[in-house]
Amino acid sequence: MRSLIDIIDLTPQEINEMIATACDIIDNPDKYSQKCKGKKLATLFFEPSTRTRLSFEAAMYELGGNVIGFSEANSSSAAKGESVADTAKTISCYADIIAMRHPKEGAPFVAAQNATIPVINAGDGGHNHPTQTLADLLTIYREKGGFDNLTVGFCGDLKFGRTVHSLINALSRYSGIKVVLISPEELKVPSYVKKNVLQANDIPYIQTTNLEEVMPQLDVLYMTRVQRERFFNEEDYLRLKDSYILDLPKLANAKSDLCIMHPLPRVNEISVAVDSDPRACYFKQVLNGKYMRMALILKLLEEAAR
Amino acid sequence: MKVDAIQNGIVIDHITAGLAFRLYNLLGLDNLDCPVAIIKNVNSGKMGKKDIIKIDSKHPINFDVVGFVDPKATINLIKDGVLVEKMSIDMPQKLKNVIKCKNPRCITSVEQEIEHIFELTDKDNKVYRCLYCETKADI
Repeated sequence: MRSLIDIIDLTPQEINEMIATACDIIDNPDKYSQKCKGKKLATLFFEPSTRTRLSFEAAMYELGGNVIGFSEANSSSAAKGESVADTAKTISCYADIIAMRHPKEGAPFVAAQNATIPVINAGDGGHNHPTQTLADLLTIYREKGGFDNLTVGFCGDLKFGRTVHSLINALSRYSGIKVVLISPEELKVPSYVKKNVLQANDIPYIQTTNLEEVMPQLDVLYMTRVQRERFFNEEDYLRLKDSYILDLPKLANAKSDLCIMHPLPRVNEISVAVDSDPRACYFKQVLNGKYMRMALILKLLEEAAR
Repeated sequence: MKVDAIQNGIVIDHITAGLAFRLYNLLGLDNLDCPVAIIKNVNSGKMGKKDIIKIDSKHPINFDVVGFVDPKATINLIKDGVLVEKMSIDMPQKLKNVIKCKNPRCITSVEQEIEHIFELTDKDNKVYRCLYCETKADI
């Protein structure tokens, strides 16, 4: 049974096909409005999430399907001690496809090994979040017309930022990509990402602590939030949370067609004044996330039906 | 120092000096009731110093553990006091239920029934990663 646990489970060709489907959904929503009629998506969210869960639910409703599920672990059998494996087997009896968020890394993989229906990883701790990456890729594609020869800057928490690792992984498969890593020393990209992804794919990259210095080079700027829930130590979080705040003066030297992205929610790392700048793409990213989730649900259900 | 030759069992030879106890523990040799000898810092022409483990029993051992801890080690099978087979052990591609993931955020840290599986991701640098969370294993 085909599931999506990690973005690299999808080939670049499959991602391109899904982007094409998402673009077709955007242009012809009526064509897709009954594609999942009679199908049920189970959203199993063991950790709070507004954006991702509602995006999946909206995606399924717009495909004509239905949604069942829970939005926190306390309202599921996990509170009684049920294992992820048993939950996956049980839900397989009720639904056609699962979207799972879990605070423990690898939980959706365990679910996929035990479910008899496709499982989509909707975020597992600080590990993977492939559908966010799909949203990011569609946004870059629609704003920049493709992926080749782009200089992409990642700014903020590059150590725990799962969206950053996944997007770097996905972009590493396109040609001419350059990566600029902007973070405080304590939140640099882990060495294994540099070694296994950037160096292994001969992707040129630079690391810096100065956002303004590299701003003129960037085609895409991917901002991230320093996430409280990823820290064991509150003091470290408080010390690092305001490391980078993007405001209009910092954008003075940026390209006129820069694409500013953020996986959201933001706290204060992008000034609200930037929202009205035409280069701000983070709310488009939210919408694109829904379209890519629609394309993904369609793809996995079609493959499951074969 | 003299350690008797074994009659029927296994000699793990050419263990990198200092790794014998790690191997002993991971192989669970403390659970055996047969004679087991750990010989540390033996002079070796090739290696300078090496460790050796002798197990005087036909009890099977998990060769993957040997490949994981020290792929340079060799395994000698002894039958009736005679060396019948000498084997080199490559690093296993997958290691199942030998070590545990140390990442407190990993699903294996809370669900006891899940198998602990590590995959070899970088053979040159002996890097194994947890199948579930990709955390690097301590060797």
